[in-house]
This record gives sequence, structure tokens and C-alpha cells, in this order.
Amino acid sequence: MAINKTQVIVIGAGPAGVSAAITIARAGKNVLLIERGDKAGDKNMFGGEIYTEHTLEVFPNFIEEAPLEKPITEQKIIMLNNDNSIEFSYKENFKNYADSYSTVRAKWDNWCVEQAIKEGVIFAPKTLVKELLIEDSKVVGIQTELEKYYADIVIVADGVNSLLLEQIGLRKKIQDSDVTVNVKEVIKLPAETIQNRFNVDEKSGQSTKILGGPFKNLFAIGFMFTNKETISIGMGISLDDLKKIELKPYELLDKLKEHPSINPYIKGGQTIEYSAHLIPEGGYKSMPKLYTNGLMAVGDSAMLVNNIHFEGTNLAVISGKLAGETAIEALNKNDFSSKQLSLYEKKLKQSFILKDLKTHKNTIEFIKKNINTITDIYPELGCGLFKVLTHSSKEPKNEVYRKFLFKVLKSGAILKTIPLVLFAMEKCFKR
Amino acid sequence: MNINEKLSTLKYNKGKESHLSADNEICKECKNRVCTHICPANVYDWNEDSKSLTIRYENCLECGACKIACEKQNIKWAYPSAQYGVKFKNG
Repeated sequence: MAINKTQVIVIGAGPAGVSAAITIARAGKNVLLIERGDKAGDKNMFGGEIYTEHTLEVFPNFIEEAPLEKPITEQKIIMLNNDNSIEFSYKENFKNYADSYSTVRAKWDNWCVEQAIKEGVIFAPKTLVKELLIEDSKVVGIQTELEKYYADIVIVADGVNSLLLEQIGLRKKIQDSDVTVNVKEVIKLPAETIQNRFNVDEKSGQSTKILGGPFKNLFAIGFMFTNKETISIGMGISLDDLKKIELKPYELLDKLKEHPSINPYIKGGQTIEYSAHLIPEGGYKSMPKLYTNGLMAVGDSAMLVNNIHFEGTNLAVISGKLAGETAIEALNKNDFSSKQLSLYEKKLKQSFILKDLKTHKNTIEFIKKNINTITDIYPELGCGLFKVLTHSSKEPKNEVYRKFLFKVLKSGAILKTIPLVLFAMEKCFKR
Repeated sequence: MNINEKLSTLKYNKGKESHLSADNEICKECKNRVCTHICPANVYDWNEDSKSLTIRYENCLECGACKIACEKQNIKWAYPSAQYGVKFKNG
């Protein structure tokens, strides 16, 4: 009998890992949560907003007690042309709570782990897992830099790079097209300045996605989030597209920051932190096998991200919870076989997670095929249309209209929109 | 704002040993050396005079892009030892 032994080891204290650990601890089981950072959040980065409905399932008190920045009450899309832009925004005035909140990950992850500790999770920071221990084709524990530790079940939540799933051959080599490279700056500005620039107050905030401009013809998107006293501005680009272009990722971010329609939002602010991270983009097709004897994979390590809707932390939280529930049942039955743990995949299939990933199985490929329409033609024509409608000149209007009509016809936008509409319609009915 | 200024906003606990390495002989054969181009922390540089790859591992943001992107699959990539590497205050 090994000395270092617990019921469940969870590797990685991000949203997926902590959700798994707290779920297990709440059932009175012994769980050890391991984190390589000095504290939870040290190594993590996201856009970011967290999603209320999913987070409440694991942290019912988070709205009142967690270190949140701002409720997101406005979702904005900005389409950039070279010098011009159009903005669409949707505002929702929530009664009780917002759909999502902007947060600072270092504070948020740390708070989540504090809750987990209160519920009985044993937390081991500053611990790097070197490899998984395998006996008789069952995962039986972990080898850290210092010692071996054994468990009935190991839950892998070690993030997008998941060296551990790679070690045991559960996932294939990740391809360039399976990830986006994301870079971000957190820019400090007075709260009042942020409120004025984004037209929000203390109790409202904005999430912005940015297409076109410097990202023309690239599978790349910019984003901005309002925090209390900072703005998060960043961008993500598919690694295969990043390889094709001259600019380095941070230079692409600088282009976004310098764009005449974006710069006024951040002007005069001080960058207090630069960061980078990969986000899984491969979706359904790039998922590893999600379980094996004695092991389950959750969150980014399992590539559970829905890029189309910018959802990741919510899939992480729910996949962690479902793996936690599966672990509890396995412990009650004292059965840690692959067959018993397949319940986890069944639960994922019944949830929005695998349903959504399946729905969008081929969406990214489709968007990449139509990237010129989305990131070049639409911003160009959108700006053009607004200009036609609002620009005053001595040129007679019918000539202005005619020129624009020719431009629309020449761009092929009408024909090119048909497959997009059909694709979207197909998504409504495909099972 | 150049990359060095960006990186200067970060807190690191710099380890003495590199957690990244590459076989320089293979790098010599490499045509594109995408690592020198895609890294968000500008960790990699090709030195034409000495025909060698400089790896400024102490600037690494631990994202993993180089490992995936390397066309020769030549980057040995690990996480820095516990307590070392970058530490995000915001993230």
C-alpha cells in the first residue's frame, strides 16, 4: 500500500479543475487539487468574461462574493475597414444579474480555489506534475518533481498544452489549425474615463469583438472588455494563419491598437500587463479520448472550447462538474475502469457541451473558406453603405447610389452571402 | 510599444535552466524557422553568423505555440520547474 494516496487527484486549478475538485469534496470524498503556479491563476489568461448560468451551478454565491469587475450589459461588434468602421451593439438591461461578468483571472481563479478549500479540497500549489503513473494499463497516480502520489482517479485539467494526455497517448499531436495564439494587454485608465469612452456606468460593462481591419483575410479576431479600472484589449489568430503573415502576434495587436476607430478607447492608458495564451480551436474533431482507466480529461486539456461563440470557461466549469459527478459515482461503486468512467462522456453528450461542439464540427473550416467575405467584403460594404446614407457632397444622390450598387454587384457579396445563410440554417436543424 | 516594453510589464521568477531546447543541427536545416516569427514573447532568434538559435527562455510566456508550430518538431518544450517562469497578476 502506497503512503501518499488519496481518492481523487485533480491536476490544474483553472475553472475546469477547481469545478471538478469542489464537486467531489462536496460529496465528502478526498480530493487533492494540484497547481504549478505559486497560487491559482498565476499561469492563466483569458479574454475575459465568465458566464453566469454555468458558474452558478458550481459557485452559487459568486455574484455576491467573488472579485468581479463589471456585469456585461452590452455586446458589441466592430467591423473595421482600413480607416473606417461600423459598430453594432446589443444592450440588455438585466433585472437580477447579467449573462456574464468581466473578471481578472488571477483574482478569479484564486477566489474559486479559496471556496474549494473551504469545502474540503486539499490544495497543493507550486507543484509541477512531471508524468502520470501507470500500472496494468490503469492511471494510478502522478509523479511530481518531488514525489509520487497515488489516487483512485486522476482528473487532468492541465490546459490546452496537456503534456500529460500526450504522455499517455490519449491525444494526437495538435495541429496548427487546432489552436489560436492570443495576446492581450491590460490597460489602466481611470474608472470614469472608461465609463465615458464605453458609455457605461459602475453597474454596466461592455464586451467587444472586432473583425476586419488589420485582420483582413485572416482567421483572427480582436476583443475588448471593460473592467473597473482597466481595459483588456487583445486578439487571437489561428496558428496556421499566423505562420503565413509577416507580422508577429504582438505587432498585429499593435495594429489593432493604432486603428483610428479603436485607439480613442485606449488612448493615454498605461499597459500594466501583456500576456499570451493558446486557445483550442479544433473543437469536436480535435478532442482527445476523454477518459481511460482511472482518468478523465476536462476543460481546455480536452479541447472543450466553442470558438464560434467565444465560450470556453463555461465549458470548463461544466465539464469539471460532470467529471466530478462521475468520480463520485465511481468511488461509490469502487470501480475506476474505463467502462465506469465512460459515464463522463455520456453526461457530456447529454449536455450542451458535446451538442454544441458537434453542431459546430465543421464551422471553423467553413468560416475559413469564407474569410474574405466576412473580414473584407462585409466591412468594406458596411462602411460604404453608411457613407452613402450619411455623407453629404455635391454629387447627385442617384449617382452615389449607382456607384455603390455597382460596388456591391462587383464584390459578389450577394452570391457569397447565400452559402452563409444556408450554412446557418442547416445549423438550426442538424442533429 | 515594442515587445521588450511589453515584456517588462511582467513578473518572472527566472530559473537558471532553460525549459526550452532545440537541436541546433536540425535548426540549421530548417527553411522557415517559424519559431522566430510566431512567438508572442519573441523568445527565438536565428543568428546567421554563428548559425545558431538563441532561446531567451526567461521571457517565455509558456503558451506552447512554438512546440506546435515548429515544422521540424524540434522544440523540446516543458513547463518551467514549479515556482519558476511567468506570473500573471491580471491574466
